[in-house]
Amino acid sequence: MGFEKFGRKSFTGMTKTGKFVDFLSEGKVEGTVCKKCGARYFPPRADCAACFSSDMDWFEMPKKGSLETFTIAYYAPYGFEKDCPYSMGVVDFGNNLKLFARLSSDLKPEDIKVGMDVSVRPVQYDDGQLSFEIVKV
Amino acid sequence: MPKDVAVIGVGQSYFVRGYEGSIRELAFEAFREAMQDAGITTKDVDASVFCSAPEYDKQRSPAGVLAEYLGLIPQPTFYIETVCSSSSTGVKVAYSMIKSGLHDVVVVLGFQKMSEITSAESQERMGRGADIQWEAPFGTMMPAYYALYAQAYMAKNGLTHEDLMNVRLKSATYGQINERAVYRKGVKPEDFDPKNPDARMAGLVAWPLRVGDACANADGSSCVILANAEKAKIFSKKPVWILGIGAASEAVNMASRPDFSKGLSVGYKAAEQAYKMAGVTPKDIKVAEVHDCFTIAEIMAYEGLGFAPMGEGKQLIREKATYKEGPIPVNVDGGLLSKGHPIGATGGSQIRTIVLQLRGEAGPMQVPGEPDIGLVHNVGGVGLYGNVTIFGR
Ligand SMILES: [Zn+2]
Repeated sequence: MGFEKFGRKSFTGMTKTGKFVDFLSEGKVEGTVCKKCGARYFPPRADCAACFSSDMDWFEMPKKGSLETFTIAYYAPYGFEKDCPYSMGVVDFGNNLKLFARLSSDLKPEDIKVGMDVSVRPVQYDDGQLSFEIVKV
Repeated sequence: MPKDVAVIGVGQSYFVRGYEGSIRELAFEAFREAMQDAGITTKDVDASVFCSAPEYDKQRSPAGVLAEYLGLIPQPTFYIETVCSSSSTGVKVAYSMIKSGLHDVVVVLGFQKMSEITSAESQERMGRGADIQWEAPFGTMMPAYYALYAQAYMAKNGLTHEDLMNVRLKSATYGQINERAVYRKGVKPEDFDPKNPDARMAGLVAWPLRVGDACANADGSSCVILANAEKAKIFSKKPVWILGIGAASEAVNMASRPDFSKGLSVGYKAAEQAYKMAGVTPKDIKVAEVHDCFTIAEIMAYEGLGFAPMGEGKQLIREKATYKEGPIPVNVDGGLLSKGHPIGATGGSQIRTIVLQLRGEAGPMQVPGEPDIGLVHNVGGVGLYGNVTIFGR
């Protein structure tokens, strides 16, 4: 419940990881960690594929990573046209932990480079939707 | 080298924008050609498999409807989907049905009528072929996903926009001589020049990919008829055998993907299985069809299939090694870029091209030297599903 508030436009209403959106409103970007075997997941999962446990805890994503790759969308899918152009990328935090998100809109295209140091933070849009974005550090 | 299951008939519709007919009529075009190619009647067929990406059609559960229209009832029929690689997956399933002894002759029919929805709607649906819970809310789409791979690959391996353009120039060379292709026009370097006001290919879609780096939507159908060895010898003068099949899957979310600069993992994994099963190496492949939904995808496929060392795929296009006269001809039918990419029909169309090449019947696209072994590389989604199939005479 409440997951329709996630992202520019959500396609999922109900998920057992809905608490993720509450964490965003508290200023935190969190993944899940399996209490039984310690496997860490981002994006969050309600169930552990490594040991089949559903006993999961939340952990805050690291503050510093490296931009592994990015793109700038000059053409948007249906329903996202107003945001164009916008950039999206993958952050590698090491230890098999990565994250996919939009890059902050105050980053100019010429300032975005593969390998640059980045961080991640929650963001709230004008319509109240909650998301997270990649920022330069 | 196993010779248990053969392709005895292949067919393909013209790939077009805005097909003037329904999906059953579109399917019939490829089916009729494949049946006439095999020289069999519907009584000789004992099962059918239909393949597409379901978002584009209003018809639910199309297999039954199409089987009836093609005259393939009351034989068993069902539907298979792995997005852009649906019909390669269909061929893998049909191979298993025959190899198990359950069936002797199976029709695999791939189809897609993409033109019923707008390009933007189509992008939205294709975006939802990725992770709708965690990625589509950012406004993802296919070109953006492949652009992530292109950006990482270009940064690491010194691949340039000119190299990507040269992939497009190659596909256009063959699109011009393939009468079934949707894009029959030639492409010149000035079409990619951003300073040229008339440049058709230069517009940015998802940096670093431009209009000319992307394949065209199309409507189309393809048909592959498979038979066991006994039936193949009865029906076919030139059976083309399935020597090796490989298939793999990968995490849907980009956050769970390995090193982006190394290309799509499903390509390597499927290729490794197919080579092992066939008992051949990349050097034995005389002609190949690879999944060039974007120019970058062809370069990554060169490496995934072992035609070039890691990071060196660019050399093949710089040296024109993958042209028809080169040591490893790739996509000499125009590929997805020029022939077009009617999602569910694409794998079967690639297979048809290789079968015609191995039979020496590819017309103006025929590669010299009587090729005896060919390969098809067909990817679904952004490397979500990968299929590699090796064929031999
Ligand atoms: Zn666990």
